[in-house]
Amino acid sequence: MADFGGTDLDAFRKEVRDWVEANFPASLKGKPNPMAREERGNDPTPEQEAWRKAVGSKGWGTPTWPKEYGGGGLSGAEARIVQGEFARAGAYNPIGGMGVMMFGPTLLEYGTEAQKQEHIPPICRGDLQWCQGFSEPNAGSDLASLQTKAEDKGDHFIINGSKVWTSGGQFADWMFCLVRTDPAKKHEGISFVLFSMHQPGVEVRPIPLINGMAPFCETFFTDARAEKKDLVGPLNGGWTIAKRLLQHERSGISGMGGGMGGSSLSDLAKKYVGVDEEGRIADHDLRNRVVRNAMETKVFQQTAFRVMAESKGNSGPSAATSIMKNAGTWIAQERHELTLEIMGHQGLGWEGDDFAKDELEIVRAWLYGKAFTIFGGSQEVQSNIVSKRILGLPDLTQAQ
Amino acid sequence: MAVLTEEQSMLRDSAKSWVQEKSPVGAFRKMRDSGAELGYDVAAWNEMAEMGWAGVIIPEEFGGSNFGYLSLGLVLEELGRTLTASPLIASGLGAASALILGGSDAQKSEWLPKLADGSAVGALAVDEGPHHRPEKVAATVSGGKLTGKKTFVLEGMAADVFVVSATEGGKVELYLVKADDAGVKRSKLSLADSRGAANVEFSGAAAEKLNGGAALLEKVLDRVRAGLAAEMLGAANQAFEVTLEYLKTRVQFGQVIGSFQALQHRAAKMFTELELSRSAVEAALAAIDADSPDVPELVSLAKAKMGDTFHLVSNEMVQMHGGIGMTDAHDAGFYLKRARAAEAAFGNQAFHRDRYARIQGY
Repeated sequence: MADFGGTDLDAFRKEVRDWVEANFPASLKGKPNPMAREERGNDPTPEQEAWRKAVGSKGWGTPTWPKEYGGGGLSGAEARIVQGEFARAGAYNPIGGMGVMMFGPTLLEYGTEAQKQEHIPPICRGDLQWCQGFSEPNAGSDLASLQTKAEDKGDHFIINGSKVWTSGGQFADWMFCLVRTDPAKKHEGISFVLFSMHQPGVEVRPIPLINGMAPFCETFFTDARAEKKDLVGPLNGGWTIAKRLLQHERSGISGMGGGMGGSSLSDLAKKYVGVDEEGRIADHDLRNRVVRNAMETKVFQQTAFRVMAESKGNSGPSAATSIMKNAGTWIAQERHELTLEIMGHQGLGWEGDDFAKDELEIVRAWLYGKAFTIFGGSQEVQSNIVSKRILGLPDLTQAQ
Repeated sequence: MAVLTEEQSMLRDSAKSWVQEKSPVGAFRKMRDSGAELGYDVAAWNEMAEMGWAGVIIPEEFGGSNFGYLSLGLVLEELGRTLTASPLIASGLGAASALILGGSDAQKSEWLPKLADGSAVGALAVDEGPHHRPEKVAATVSGGKLTGKKTFVLEGMAADVFVVSATEGGKVELYLVKADDAGVKRSKLSLADSRGAANVEFSGAAAEKLNGGAALLEKVLDRVRAGLAAEMLGAANQAFEVTLEYLKTRVQFGQVIGSFQALQHRAAKMFTELELSRSAVEAALAAIDADSPDVPELVSLAKAKMGDTFHLVSNEMVQMHGGIGMTDAHDAGFYLKRARAAEAAFGNQAFHRDRYARIQGY
C-alpha cells in the first residue's frame, strides 16, 4: 500500500486497523512471538501459522523493506502506524529472527540483484530462518582469526571447520557464514558465503548454558557445500560486510537497555522490601541503587532519542552504536542484579511451585544476561572500538 | 549535540570564538592570581553583556533577546570549557528567571533591562548551611523587613540586588533586596574554585515580595541547575579533550601512553559518560523551554548525571597527567576544583537522586 506515500496517514491507519481486525486470530491476543521461544521446540499452532502467512504476504513484518523483494515498501511514518496498530490489537510481529535483524539489511546493501531476489522474499514471509556462522572456538573477540576453510571448486566451495555460539542453529534453514578463503592474509582472507543447513556435511549440537537453556549451538562442517552464486561481495572481501552486519547486531543488543523502565524495579522493591514512614523503599542502600539504575535507564533512552534525531538522513547505524552497546548492556545487567537482590531467596528458585512465574524467570534472565557484555562484541572489544575509531588512540589489537 | 536553529548555531559559534580568543584558561588563571575581589574579570563580563549574553532569556520588551534556556545553555557550555568566571548564571539566569517568572510589571521594568545589559548584577541567596536544603528556610520577613543569614551566595560580592528566600507567616517566599540597603552586610568567601561567593547577612533589610512562593523558588532553582549543568558539560568535555591529547603525546616505555589498553578503556568510559550526560543536559534545557511538567525530574537527572561525569573526568584528568597534573602551573587542578564546587552548588548528586526518587514515588 505504498501508494499512500505518506499523504494520507489517517486513511492508512484505518486500513491497517481494519486489516488487523480481519486477520489477527483473537486467540493469539497478548501472546509473545513463538519464534522468541523457539528454543523450547514447540511446533507452531495453525493460528500462529495463519498469522505469519497473513503478515508475510503483506510484507508488514519488514515494513520498510523494498516491495520488489517482498517487504512492505512503507515510509517510516507508515511503518510506525503498522507497529502501533499491531500493539493496539495485542498482536506480535510474526516475522523476525536473524534474517530480519541482521542478514536482510546487510544483503539489501551488499547483495547482487539475483541474491536479493532469491533470499529476501522468504525472510519477509517468515518461510526460512537464518543463523549466523561467525565465532569459532578460537576466534571469539578476535573474530578475524577465524579458520573455517572454504576451498574453491569452480562453481562451488567445499567448507571444513566449525563454528560456535550459533544462535538458533538447531532451527535454522540457512547460514550466513564467514570463511577463510586466503590463509596467507588475516582480514583480507575472509569471505562471506551463504548455504543451506539441510545438507549431510552440516552437524549441529546445542550447548546447554548456565541458565539451563540452549539457545546457541556448535556447528560442524565436513565437506559442506556452498554455491558460488551465494558468495556475497567479492572473494576475500567478507570482512567489510561482517563489520556492517555487526553494527546491525549491536544496535539490536543495545536496545535491551531500554524497554523496561526503572519504575517497575521500584514497585518490586516496595513489594518485597517494604516502605518507610515517608513512603521510601525501606532499605535506603537499595533505594539509592534502584534510583541510580532508573536514572541511567532514562539517560540511555534520552541518548537513543538524541542519536536518532541527529542521524536523521543517515541510512544506517552510526559509530555511536558502539557506545550504546556498552551503556545499554551495563544498565540491563545491573537491573537484573537488582531484581534478584530485591526478591531475596525468592529470586533464586530454579523450579517448582514454591516460586512465582516472575521469580523463576528472573533467575534465568539474570544468568542469560551475563552474555550481553560478551556476545555481539564483548564490552572490551567495544571499548577498543571507541578508543580507536572515535578517540583516535593507537590501535594495537586490530579490533573490528 | 541537539539539533539547533540557525540563530542558536550563530549564538554558539560566536560564544565559541569569543571564549577561544578572549577567554582561554589563562585568563581565569590571571584573574585568580590577581585575587580579584569579585571573582571574575569585570571587563570580560562587560564584553559578554555587550554581546547580549546576559539577556538571552529576558523578553525583548525588557531589553533581552528571548532566545530561551537551551540557547543560554549553549553559551554557558562554551564558557565552561575554559572555566570563564562571570555572573551569567547568578544574574542572567538566576535573578532574571526569578523576575521573569515572579516579578510584577514594575519589578520587571526596574530590574530586567539592567540585568539584560549587564549594568546591574543579581544573585540568588537561598542556602543557609553547608548543604543545599532550599526547603529549610530560617530567614524571615515581617512588616516588609527581611532578617536572616545566607551563605555560599554565588556572586554575592558583585550583586546589586539579591533574590532571597525567606518565610512570612510560615510560608516560603522569594524577595528582592537591594544590596545597598543599610540592613545588608556581606563578606567575601574564599573558595577552592576561586569564583565569586559571599556570606550575606540581612538585618531588617527592605524586602519586596515576588509572586509565586515555594513553587517559584523551585522553578528558579531548576533553571539555575540546568544552566549550571550546561557549564559543567563544557568544562568536563574540555577536561577530557585536554587529557586525550596528553594520552596521544606523552611518551613512556618507548610509546605514547594512549597506546596502553588500561588507559584506552578508561578514556572510552569517559567518552561514553560524556555522551550520556549531554543527552540529559540538553533534554532538561529543552523541557524548560517547552514548559514541560517533567522539568523537576529531568533537571535532577541532568544535574546528578553531569555531576557524576564531571567528578569522574576531573579525577582522571589529574591521574592521567601524573605528576604534572598535581602542579599549580597545570590547568588540571582548576577543573578538579571547579568540578567539586559545581557539584555542590544547588544540590549535589545525592540531593538530586533523592529528589528524583521522591518525584517517582519511592
